Amino acid sequence: MSPSAHAVRLGARRGWTEFVQSVRSPQDQGYYLFTGLLVLGYLWIRRDDEVAGTDLLVPSVALPSILAGLVAFGVVVGPAYALAMAREDGTLLRHKAIPHGMRGYFTGQLLLQSLTILPQLLVILVPAFLLFDDVMAGSASGWLTVAWVLVLGMLAMMPLGMIIGALVPSTQKVGTWGMLPVLVLAAISGIFYPVQQLWGWVQVIAQIFPMYWLGLGMRSAFLPDSAATLEIAGNWRTLETVLVLGAWAVAGILVTPLVLRRMARRQSASAVEAGRQAALQWIR
Amino acid sequence: MTNTVVAVRGLRMRYGARDVLAEVDFEVCQGEVVCLLGPNGAGKTTTIEILEGFRIRTAGDVEVLGEDPAHAGEDWRARVGVVLQSWRDHPRWTPRSLLAQLGAYYAPYATAVVPRPIAVAELLDMVGLAEAADQRIVTLSGGQRRRLDVAVGIVGRPELLFLDEPTAGFDPHARREFHDLVHHLSDLEHTTILLTTHDLDEAEKLADRILILAEGRIVAAGSAEQLARRVAGTAEVRWSRAGETFVHATDDATAFVRGLLLDHGDEVADLEVRRPSLEDTYIALVHRQERAAGEAGAFMEAAR
Repeated sequence: MSPSAHAVRLGARRGWTEFVQSVRSPQDQGYYLFTGLLVLGYLWIRRDDEVAGTDLLVPSVALPSILAGLVAFGVVVGPAYALAMAREDGTLLRHKAIPHGMRGYFTGQLLLQSLTILPQLLVILVPAFLLFDDVMAGSASGWLTVAWVLVLGMLAMMPLGMIIGALVPSTQKVGTWGMLPVLVLAAISGIFYPVQQLWGWVQVIAQIFPMYWLGLGMRSAFLPDSAATLEIAGNWRTLETVLVLGAWAVAGILVTPLVLRRMARRQSASAVEAGRQAALQWIR
Repeated sequence: MTNTVVAVRGLRMRYGARDVLAEVDFEVCQGEVVCLLGPNGAGKTTTIEILEGFRIRTAGDVEVLGEDPAHAGEDWRARVGVVLQSWRDHPRWTPRSLLAQLGAYYAPYATAVVPRPIAVAELLDMVGLAEAADQRIVTLSGGQRRRLDVAVGIVGRPELLFLDEPTAGFDPHARREFHDLVHHLSDLEHTTILLTTHDLDEAEKLADRILILAEGRIVAAGSAEQLARRVAGTAEVRWSRAGETFVHATDDATAFVRGLLLDHGDEVADLEVRRPSLEDTYIALVHRQERAAGEAGAFMEAAR
């Protein structure tokens, strides 16, 4: 096996190890539990409300959108924090100092961040099926759609997280440069309420970014076809979903390695030390 | 002919308008332990980072293991070890799991003569981390963390090892153990070692050769004794006679003492010959260089 293929394999092992560590860590379990309780609590309060103009219940319509929002948040903010932290604490530099280490590191991140959405989905989906009726309209075909929408959505959005993580000046700034934009995007992308309630130009902006399409794709998977009347064009626009998410994914796959390579070049012990000093000095 | 592992000629590094490294020349031969000594801000870390391939120089020729580190590939990387100072990376890993993971990258570079990586259990013993091997890294003490840093640096059995301020924050016991480890690597593994420190005692104990870096230049090079002789060739002789204390500086302390005893015999008491220590040498050299730089600066100011 060539050294670079060997490094990819080691990276995959690294990603799996870190995933297992994350699932076992009370800190991460706490995060999943917190988001799970929040979402389920909201849906429970509105369990008997009907969506205006349809015979669908609020939990059925809100659940796929919220799942899309959480996945989007996870695959952008997760890698952004991980990368910013790895730059600051020397994890990246360690990998730069070993042969093909960077290749291994990024393979590991890719696997870890992809796997991380699984516990996030499970902690909400499993109780949701027990608590509410009509969660999933189409059975097998619905799950198939969930799978491809999630994979494509992740490919479209994770590069954004990696690029943010590579460019933010410090971990402390991920809140401003990573979390805030994603929350704003979630607010205009039809995650919490239909995007049609907003001004026309906001709808245009929302449809440029992948989060809206991730939400739309998830709704198309979970809801009956009759619910498509609630959407902008009155149908699920499956082809458009594939095209927009695919375009973002291709752009991400082309641009991200360049950004990461530039970032890796700048890694040095003095940069790590400067980051350490900055992290110790919160207020200046 | 000895094998040159590191060759630096006319190395310059400029940040903005300031030359951090003005003109650095030196060589390191195979199997040597060379110590780069200098005050804070002298450019030690910058020099090491250029040699590690982590920083791009402004000018000059640099060759490390036969290649330019700025363009060297992964095969070169596998032969070089870097000890980094970590502070909170990999908190959820254990020393054993992390060393196994990072060491495995070196497996494709093993040869019949050089087995790579070093087996984890052996490595843990070598750096004195065997007892903490299965503890989560976040729970390690500062000293244990630094041992782990050293272990990660040598897991690939490097031909050349870089250590930047390796014992900063070590207690005396840990420092002694670290010095033993460096001797082990140098004597048994024949690793060439380049380290920086501002601890003179450490430089004297570890290094075959010391390079003193001040104001971006190597101002002196040699073994601790050579350096001491070079700067202040004079030794100080102190004695007392009839209740009076005398001090005399001389180039040939032995001859002077012989004369002294011949002349005064039993009257001489409290005889003491003090050779300049590395510390005296270092302070003298650095001070001289700083004064020269200061004068050059003043001259430039005046010329304007």
